Amino acid sequence: MARKRRRRKSTADTVVRQVPEDSSMTSRKRARARADRRPAERRSGSAPLLRLEEVTKTYQMGEVEVGALQGVSLEIGKGEMVSIMGPSGSGKSTLMNIIGCLDVPTSGSYFLDERDVGALSDNRLADIRGRQIGFVFQTYNLLPRMSARANVELPLTYTSGRGRRRRAQEALERVGLADRASHKPTELSGGQQQRVGIARALVKEPAIMLADEPTGNLDSRSSEEIMDVLKSLNRDQRLTVIIVTHEEDIAAQTDRVISMLDGKVVRDGRTSRQSR
Amino acid sequence: MNPLDTFITALSALTSNKMRAGLTLLGIIIGVTAVIVLMALGRGVQTSITSSIEALGTNLVTITPGSSETGGFGEVRLLAGRAGAGRQEAKLTLTDAYALLDPVMAPSVVAVAPEKSSGGQIVAGGTDFGAQVLGVTPEYADVRNSKVKWGEFVSAGHVRNNSSVVVLGSGVSETLFGMRSPVGQTVRINGKQFTVIGVMESQGGGFFGGFLDQQVYAPLTTVHYRMSFDRTTRGDIPVDTINVQASDVESVDKTIEEVTAALRISHRITGDDDFTVTSQQQTIQSIQQATNAIVVFLGSIAGISLLVGGIGIMNIMLVTVTERTREIGIRKAMGAKRRDILFQFIVESALLSLTGGLIGLALAYGVGALLDGQQIFGEGSEPFVSVIDRGIVMLALGVSVGIGLFFGIYPATRAARLHPIDALRYE
Ligand SMILES: Nc1ncnc2c1ncn2[C@@H]1O[C@H](COP(=O)(O)OP(=O)(O)OP(=O)(O)O)[C@@H](O)[C@H]1O
Ligand SMILES: [Mg+2]
Repeated sequence: MARKRRRRKSTADTVVRQVPEDSSMTSRKRARARADRRPAERRSGSAPLLRLEEVTKTYQMGEVEVGALQGVSLEIGKGEMVSIMGPSGSGKSTLMNIIGCLDVPTSGSYFLDERDVGALSDNRLADIRGRQIGFVFQTYNLLPRMSARANVELPLTYTSGRGRRRRAQEALERVGLADRASHKPTELSGGQQQRVGIARALVKEPAIMLADEPTGNLDSRSSEEIMDVLKSLNRDQRLTVIIVTHEEDIAAQTDRVISMLDGKVVRDGRTSRQSR
Repeated sequence: MNPLDTFITALSALTSNKMRAGLTLLGIIIGVTAVIVLMALGRGVQTSITSSIEALGTNLVTITPGSSETGGFGEVRLLAGRAGAGRQEAKLTLTDAYALLDPVMAPSVVAVAPEKSSGGQIVAGGTDFGAQVLGVTPEYADVRNSKVKWGEFVSAGHVRNNSSVVVLGSGVSETLFGMRSPVGQTVRINGKQFTVIGVMESQGGGFFGGFLDQQVYAPLTTVHYRMSFDRTTRGDIPVDTINVQASDVESVDKTIEEVTAALRISHRITGDDDFTVTSQQQTIQSIQQATNAIVVFLGSIAGISLLVGGIGIMNIMLVTVTERTREIGIRKAMGAKRRDILFQFIVESALLSLTGGLIGLALAYGVGALLDGQQIFGEGSEPFVSVIDRGIVMLALGVSVGIGLFFGIYPATRAARLHPIDALRYE
């Protein structure tokens, strides 16, 4: 395993050499350069919604240490729609988990809304997840015993939200599933289940929507539906959306693509969509 | 998460697997039912014994040979040792008994009734019956609150003449002669002929009363000279027990003092007493202590099945937590805090055990309704269901919920401690 990792590292080096414009810059320069390209943030003139500084994540697998993230620094502003790409094992999910406060960095720091997440207790992390982060999973992760509406209500039960039923119904309407509210997940198609998953993520009116391969299990038609929903949320509500994907055409629908390899960001750039 | 949501979540989790929940419940149901029924049984026996003893008169004081120290449970021996007490080294005699009637030494004593027992095989017609023969004086019936149903009791003349007469306990009479009056009939006790002169009223059934109904009464002198080989050097008649009647309940303590003082003088005692004086109240107390132990013992035996039920809950909760690892991960990703998950599973197991407890309680009442209190605790007893008192019910329900909490905490803690990422990855 160790040998494999070393070999992977060398590939990473070659890749980095292929994109000199990014790797040659200091991280501060890079951040400034990126900030220049970010219209949403420039407009508000405020600090970025989330900022990672030299974040590493190391997993201990018996004797071997796995560096899932090896020093990731990036900023994402409010209202951005970002996709993260990279080969399997490059650390995309690990990064998403840290951004989503499901996990904390081994070293480095992560600021969400200028607040250092690494210093927070388990309970505070849970609270942030409950109020500010909306997760969309590749495998939907709906609770099978509950109706679609009960699934959508679930996050609100942990944050003592008022008008739960109404808000859940509205969220379902937003994803076009108002008429399926009382269906169990097993009575819905994959695409519909994923839309319930999105409704569940947006019902709390989160600051960030995190979707780890949301279309990974879907056919192209359903994928399009999902992307349409996510894009409209980003456009209409200025919701920050981060999508992990393996598909170029999905990434092409976002403003910005972050490429990862072996636990590092190897490319971070605008797509042609930015001129929307 | 608010309590109602927690409750609903736990309930829907339980109802989603009814078969499993039902089987887990069964363990608790059986345990709770067993605890309640057995404890009620013990409590009923206790009440029955106590009331039988109280029926004998609350102003009764009994004297038995042997000190309470050397004799162990001096008071309890009254019950168990009627036959055995005579074998004690120390002796009480008829002279001791009548000395207590001295109005100067013991002014509170109203009556004295010595007794001496012997085993006997009674034969009447073709029926053969092993009974306890109690040698008594005429005062016995009064002092022990016993009434004659047919015929008469042992008289002073019978005692003076060592007459071969016998008064049967109601149970004995029934066994030997059925419902007819046996007065005037002859029975053979240990081969000797006795004339039946009377039959006693039933002592109220139950454990203790039933025991009294199985006795027969003969003149004390007859038992001594014709049925026992117990002799004293001075030719006095040794007795097993001296029943002393105090003038009323209030003077019981005074009577004890007087009787003790009188006996110390006549026995020339300077050190430890060679006799034990017990009031009926003390007897009831020590019997209650002994039967309390029985109640607790029965409860604990049944409690083991409740414990097994609790382990069943823990087992099923551990399986549930493992099965629902992914669900726990999802809930945590949605903002559930540790305590939300903890409560969800604790409530689930407490709900299981409380439901089991309630069903067990209902079942115990059902079983109680089927049991015949009259048959178990004797005639005149309350119905069985009524001995299931509030204390027993609270105890059983409390213990079952406690078991649910206790055995639920470990699985719930395990669930709450799961790392969200690990839980979400779980297949
Ligand atoms: N809990 C864990 N324990 C040990 N190693 C882990 C753990 N989670 C991730 N890793 C390792 O960290 C590295 C990055 O994993 P990650 O899941 O972030 O990859 P990914 O980019 O999401 O891949 P994929 O596209 O297949 O989802 C991998 O080498 C993986 O084996
Ligand atoms: Mg992944």
